[in-house]
Amino acid sequence: MNKPLRSNEPSITPELVVSHGLKPDEYERILELLGRTPTFTELGIFSAMWNEHCSYKSSRVHLRGLPTKAPWVIQGPGENAGVIDIGDGQAVVFKMESHNHPSYIEPYQGATTGVGGILRDVFTMGARPIACLNALSFGDPSHPKTRHLVSGVVAGVGGYGNSFGVPTVGGQVRFHTRYDGNILVNAMAVGLADADKIFYAAASGVNMPIVYLGSKTGRDGIHGATMASAEFDDDSEEKRPTVQVGDPFAEKLLLEACLEIMAKGCVVAIQDMGAAGLTCSAVEMGAKGDLGVDLDLDSVPTRETGMSAYEMMLSESQERMLMVLKPEKEKEAEAIFRKWGLDFAIVGTTTPSKRFVVKHGGDVMADLPIKELESEAPLYDRPHVPSPQLPVVHARDVAPPLPVTDALEKLIATPELCSKRWVWEQYDHVIGGNTVQRPGGDAAVVRVLDGPKGLALTVDVTPRYCEADPYQGGKQAVAEAWRNITAVGGRPLAITDNLNFGNPERPENMGQFVGCLKGISEACTALDFPVVSGNVSLYNETNGRGILPTPSIGGVGLLDDFTKSASLAFKAEGHPILLIGETQGWLGQSVYLRDVCGREEGAPPPVDLVAERRNGDVVRGMIHAGTATAVHDVSDGGLLVALAEMAMASGIGAVLDAAPEAIVPHAWWFGEDQARYIVTVHENDLLSVFTKLRAVGVPCVQIGLTGGREIAIAAERAVAVKALQHGFESWLPDYMAGKG
Amino acid sequence: MKSAILVFPGINRERDMARALRLVSGRQPAMVWHAETSLPEGTDLVVVPGGFSYGDYLRCGAIAARAPVMDAVRAFASRGGLVLGVCNGFQILCESGLLPGILMRNARLKFICHDVHLRVERSDTPFTRGYNAGQVIRVPVAHGEGNYAADEETVRRLEGEGRVLYRYCSPSGEIGDTHNINGAAQSIAGIINERGNVLGMMPHPENHVEDVMGCTDGRGLFAGLVAHLERAA
Repeated sequence: MNKPLRSNEPSITPELVVSHGLKPDEYERILELLGRTPTFTELGIFSAMWNEHCSYKSSRVHLRGLPTKAPWVIQGPGENAGVIDIGDGQAVVFKMESHNHPSYIEPYQGATTGVGGILRDVFTMGARPIACLNALSFGDPSHPKTRHLVSGVVAGVGGYGNSFGVPTVGGQVRFHTRYDGNILVNAMAVGLADADKIFYAAASGVNMPIVYLGSKTGRDGIHGATMASAEFDDDSEEKRPTVQVGDPFAEKLLLEACLEIMAKGCVVAIQDMGAAGLTCSAVEMGAKGDLGVDLDLDSVPTRETGMSAYEMMLSESQERMLMVLKPEKEKEAEAIFRKWGLDFAIVGTTTPSKRFVVKHGGDVMADLPIKELESEAPLYDRPHVPSPQLPVVHARDVAPPLPVTDALEKLIATPELCSKRWVWEQYDHVIGGNTVQRPGGDAAVVRVLDGPKGLALTVDVTPRYCEADPYQGGKQAVAEAWRNITAVGGRPLAITDNLNFGNPERPENMGQFVGCLKGISEACTALDFPVVSGNVSLYNETNGRGILPTPSIGGVGLLDDFTKSASLAFKAEGHPILLIGETQGWLGQSVYLRDVCGREEGAPPPVDLVAERRNGDVVRGMIHAGTATAVHDVSDGGLLVALAEMAMASGIGAVLDAAPEAIVPHAWWFGEDQARYIVTVHENDLLSVFTKLRAVGVPCVQIGLTGGREIAIAAERAVAVKALQHGFESWLPDYMAGKG
Repeated sequence: MKSAILVFPGINRERDMARALRLVSGRQPAMVWHAETSLPEGTDLVVVPGGFSYGDYLRCGAIAARAPVMDAVRAFASRGGLVLGVCNGFQILCESGLLPGILMRNARLKFICHDVHLRVERSDTPFTRGYNAGQVIRVPVAHGEGNYAADEETVRRLEGEGRVLYRYCSPSGEIGDTHNINGAAQSIAGIINERGNVLGMMPHPENHVEDVMGCTDGRGLFAGLVAHLERAA
């Protein structure tokens, strides 16, 4: 079939193919599929569907190995978001997604549209969003752009979520020079739906109306997904016009209107227009339903006049949806959208042809095989080399440069460990009236409707571990999410993974990806903590320097009774403090070794998944039995930092025994051995707790007592909790104010 | 108590408010769409909840203040009906002329979400009778534009007539710059109109009404309204 070239479209040249991010072999594939030269619009559509961001072409072969099933999983990866069953006919819908490239170029809008996109993914499935979280990675504080990026991203995350009306309840903020040219903005949304009223993207039925909903289409964000699939260079900021602009008000209206038409039974299938906009949403609806799609672009509501087919198909204007409607419900659905002041236009129909046909001004601008467009994107098993094994750092070879409590004071005021209050106080974290545990703890706890159930939510990853040993780092990210949910009393159910890596065409980067995934897989399997949704972001690299491998793990857990959740604050004086889990004093890749000793080196702590599960199950049991009065997992910074956090959260100090003789003190206090928790109990429960833990073989020692207004370690200088609080709370606001 | 909650496009704390009213009064409030021209029969409390009406893209509350339902609210208030505006609701009441002054951008230019302490200045109004004069309560704020401002004469009148009901303060009740979170004139967090039947406030008492959520200091405001209306009935 030979098509006449559209007179108003440029002709296809090799340069044009390259500028669309298509490799020669990929273009060959297109020619083979079509048996002719594509039109300009078709080339645009292919570039949108076959870029890394949309097609997962470098990652898919490896993602297949992830465990995605459990009896409570309703929907695993492949839909807009994952869905899990939490009983009583309720389901939790959640996903995390990156908006890294746009946020570096235009931090406020990049972050807002990241939040907007993930919220849409969740409510497209019929869920009302009840919480947001995020994981933000910035460059070194001394980098000239860092302050500007932190300020813009945080304002953007807040600006969108606050206006939309969802509480932002938790997350991570980190600084490292390897993010200097590539910050990471990973946003997670969690929604609640009826388990029997989940909506999917797959169209069904022939000649069904396809409806365009939401905001109008403009010329913003054209080629956003293609940009997100390439490395940055010195001219990256010229890509600013590819960044979209967020409108949380429109999204709030879209949410209410969508939930209303879903409740009225108008919807057959629905898909949000995210990356690659109209193209991606229409193709996915058709391909997943084994149907063709005819689109008539003359009916698409546009913001500007004179938009070409190419521009409309590639626009990433925000706050838009595509829906297959029950024909008899057309009037009712339209009235609902009009009431909310939103656009509603029938822009196409489903067809039996399995072709994707796009018409504009009476011309056929594209006529493509829909299944091949969606699923025949090239798949790469890119070469990968394992990361070199780093030597284990022995604690006895690390000379402590500072006395223990001096080191504590220093650590607590580092960018890594300081309070992130400056960030989360710009997010409305109480709207909804269901935030049981606010940001700053191990996991946020959000009540489900009027209770008694609650959700425990967290985002975790330790990129320096992943860099040093991708396999252990991948395991650790999952284990820490599991541990944080456990530490508030939640039963960990499932995760969403947001895999941020450098250029996959470099074998060492691909090796990091493969290694991390292996670790993630093993941990998910061992902990019964399947992956139900996720997102891959590659090419986080500028001028050849990649980010630290950062597979952010968003975890969701369930509490049967939210009033029984545990928190990290010490509750009273005189409570025995127990350390659960084994301590060797692992200093390799610890914050202590890096920020106190100035050595960023060594193998990271190994993760023993059997110990993780055994120790965590015991701690959760203590929370449920009511014997644990305060609980905190031991992670970045080690034991003493964790104790200081518990003291600062309550104002109550601790009197602590000296380090055991077998371990050098700085390794005991600052080592980052995994699978550990600090738990306080009532004095009169102490014996029975010890008996129980010994019976199941869980290591447990008493390390001191709560009380006083200081952290007082035998034979060390005592440090006032107030002084710690001051350092802890000051670093970030001072930095952002330009002091120091 | 028969309360009506106004719903404008972009409002987002209407559910929080409805839950608080239901928990304290035992009755489900009516949700009233902005395009309505009248209030439900027998309404004795109108609540304008928080959120970002019309995205707050223009001056906060300016568009909502001109919605059809606001004529009905003005008529209701002029008959002495009780009106409560919280956060965006406060901004809407100022823009609609039911309260004097305006809410400007927070002095430190950032959105603020945390618990604050408020001093209840008097207890002899329908909006504060659930508290004692001088009592300090803890409730959350969540706003970017809560910096109350008015001309000097208006502020003088508000103070002189005892129309400041809630003021930002320290946990022990002291007033001062360090506790004035958003730079508001006279640390004002909430004021009433001349007649005393319309209250606007920035903080969110509706988010602190349940024991299981850790604090019930906001309950007094609603409990006071219930008591007031029951006595009137």
